[in-house]
Amino acid sequence: MSVTTAVRSAAAGLAWYVKGVLGEDAYDKYRAHHESVHGTDAATPVMTEREFWRDQTDRQDTNPQGRCC
Amino acid sequence: MGATSKIPHDAIDDPDLTQDPALPPVALDPRIHEAEEAHWTPVKIAIWVAIALLGGLSWVMLAVVRGETVNAIWFVFAAICTYLIGYRFYSNYIQKHLLRPDDRRATPAEYKADGKDYAATDRRVLFGHHFAAIAGAGPLVGPVLAAQMGYLPGTIWIIVGVVFAGAVQDYLVLFFSMRRGGRSLGQMARDELGRVGGTAALLATLTIMVIIVAILALVVVNALAESAWGVFSVGMTIPIALFMGCYLRFFRPGKVTEISIIGFVLLIAAIVGGGAIAGTEWGSAMFHIDKVPLAIGIIVYGFVAAILPVWLLLAPRDYLSTFMKIGTIGMLAVAIIIVRPEITVPAVTDFATNGNGPVVSGTLFPFLFVTIACGALSGFHALIASGTTPKLIEKERQTRFIGYGGMLMESFVAIMALVAALSIDQGIYYAMNASPALTGGTVQGAVAFVNGLGLTGVNLTPEMLTQTAINVGEESIVSRTGGAPTLSVGLANIMQQVAGGSGMMAFWYHFAIMFEALFILTAVDAGTRVARFMLQDSLGNFFPKFKDTSWRTGAWLTTGIMVAAWGAVLVMGVTDPLGGINTLFPLFGIANQLLAAIALAVCLAIVAKRGLFKHLWIVALPLGFAAVVTITASILKIFSTVPSVGYFAQNAAFSNALAAGETSFGTATSVEAMEAVVRNTMVQGILSIIFVTLAVIVIFTALQATWNAWKTRSNATSEDLAVPSRIFAPSGLKATPAEKATQALWDARPSTGRRKVREH
Repeated sequence: MSVTTAVRSAAAGLAWYVKGVLGEDAYDKYRAHHESVHGTDAATPVMTEREFWRDQTDRQDTNPQGRCC
Repeated sequence: MGATSKIPHDAIDDPDLTQDPALPPVALDPRIHEAEEAHWTPVKIAIWVAIALLGGLSWVMLAVVRGETVNAIWFVFAAICTYLIGYRFYSNYIQKHLLRPDDRRATPAEYKADGKDYAATDRRVLFGHHFAAIAGAGPLVGPVLAAQMGYLPGTIWIIVGVVFAGAVQDYLVLFFSMRRGGRSLGQMARDELGRVGGTAALLATLTIMVIIVAILALVVVNALAESAWGVFSVGMTIPIALFMGCYLRFFRPGKVTEISIIGFVLLIAAIVGGGAIAGTEWGSAMFHIDKVPLAIGIIVYGFVAAILPVWLLLAPRDYLSTFMKIGTIGMLAVAIIIVRPEITVPAVTDFATNGNGPVVSGTLFPFLFVTIACGALSGFHALIASGTTPKLIEKERQTRFIGYGGMLMESFVAIMALVAALSIDQGIYYAMNASPALTGGTVQGAVAFVNGLGLTGVNLTPEMLTQTAINVGEESIVSRTGGAPTLSVGLANIMQQVAGGSGMMAFWYHFAIMFEALFILTAVDAGTRVARFMLQDSLGNFFPKFKDTSWRTGAWLTTGIMVAAWGAVLVMGVTDPLGGINTLFPLFGIANQLLAAIALAVCLAIVAKRGLFKHLWIVALPLGFAAVVTITASILKIFSTVPSVGYFAQNAAFSNALAAGETSFGTATSVEAMEAVVRNTMVQGILSIIFVTLAVIVIFTALQATWNAWKTRSNATSEDLAVPSRIFAPSGLKATPAEKATQALWDARPSTGRRKVREH
């Protein structure tokens, strides 16, 4: 493996990790889950990205999670 | 091993878990795991011998050699080697004998998957998540205050405590909650301990949260009061977070990393700009705020923040806080290894035995163990470990890495905080941490007080204090109690040796203050919200309307009650003529560890009901220790006749002085101040009584449940029904060869678009 591919794969790994920890991949996970359960069934349409993030924070409003000291 | 072969497990958890024969194995045979562990190659033996020797040598350097100075690198090695051994051997023992995870069972993230709250998450990502949720200001503050007893007691407690108590608690609670669909600690307490124990646990949790939020807020007030730079830069986090929230809501939803980087740049700009603004006349006039108005500001902020929608303030600041947390802690670790400061603090000081320490009063036992709670044993983690994390775990065996391993990381943060605090000059340390009642808040007073302590090797000069204040860009560093400013000086001192020199100290100091304030404000906001929902739920039993959490009036009312409760304690802390932190901090540690005792008591009952008496000691050991420490500390706080230790003794001393018509007593210089002491000590004393009573009820009901289980030879379980799993993932940080082989079978399957597992 050449140096550039090694650097590139390390950078991709880092980006994947940071996004995962910050929760940026939440929509992709939701979509993948939705497709695996409902397929492309029109009866239960998948939320758009904007709808999903609104729904996400609105759910946190009614179900807050503690942060530790 | 054929795909359909049944894996031998205990009969007790052996419902039909035959897996789908069309899938590659979803779990490895436990015998394969054991064989891999028992396979000691010469290289493996050499590595573990080296770890053991290095760890042993580090402990010898810390505990036995004790030269004039001791290098900070030994703290790092002692900690890391002990953690590795504890993780490899003790947590493995717990896994094998007590918890016995079964990867054939689906986790809640799999069988309740909804793509939102329940979603299988890569173990390494979840480790980061869980760590960001558990680690906050606690492990940064407690060790700093405990440094007055010398470096050794705190170091031993943080490292040994985490291996046998803190990490065990986190691991157990996480596992038990995961086996119960992600149930909360409160629900598990009700299930296992019945109505009385469950109610006591709920009440205790609620009051403990109030105290914890109040004292965290007190730490922030103490760090920011009379610091124009600090107030400006921390204040700027509010508009920055609001901007980030709007950006994510309206402009680019979901671009979390992007906005976090923008937010981080703005944050740095706020720190740099804060220095410039504090240097101007109008800037220092506008942002120089005294403790009491600042406390009121934080209370108002706490109320508003807790009723604003999450997307506007809490969520964006949480991203920022996570970003800062992982980055700064990593940076500090690297800096300590590069700089390797020499520590001149004695191993054990006289304050450990005579209990007269100016930072927090009381002798080593029990007060060291309550001053350092987070980092060694933190009950608050039980709320996190029974909150989000169990709903995201992919496979059962990963609970060890995330629960036990995550807590080891927090302990390491505590060790670094201790090193940072120890690395600053002893005289400066005491001048910063002695209350204004002792130093008078002046340089002259602080010098006289510190040099009068009679500590060997301590010779404080006024120039040292004024020069340090100038270096960190503050007007004064005298009596900056609460731990956060001391840690920031320590961090600035270490960082400037890596980057920027003494000209950068002011930046690093305010960077550290910002970093701590950010965690604390997030914890205050989130804590108020969680407490509000708990209160609404409890009130709902009497007034059903409160159960409706979307009812505005009810939400505002309950938020107001919770904010008023912690706000009252906060105001009491900032106006306390005796100093505030030194009288209140023990209450924080006691509260946190009583919560740990409650969580461990619930675990004890669960283990006993499963009939696992042979290994009950794994839970009984930390429970017994936490119970003895906290109950002793509470009893001393209630009954001690030494006024600096016992709340009621202090109360009586001041009441008698007032009755005798005196107008000043001890450090209180007016009748109002004396009356304040009488009031504060009464409130603190009553809080101590409430905590210890509730905790004793919970522990007693848990012992009763344990005894009943013993008598009836119970084999019951309150777990959810086992569902066969359909996914596979390795259990530790690195996949073992057998796990890699199985993973290869999964990767070789034609992609169905069902799951993508990233491995590298």
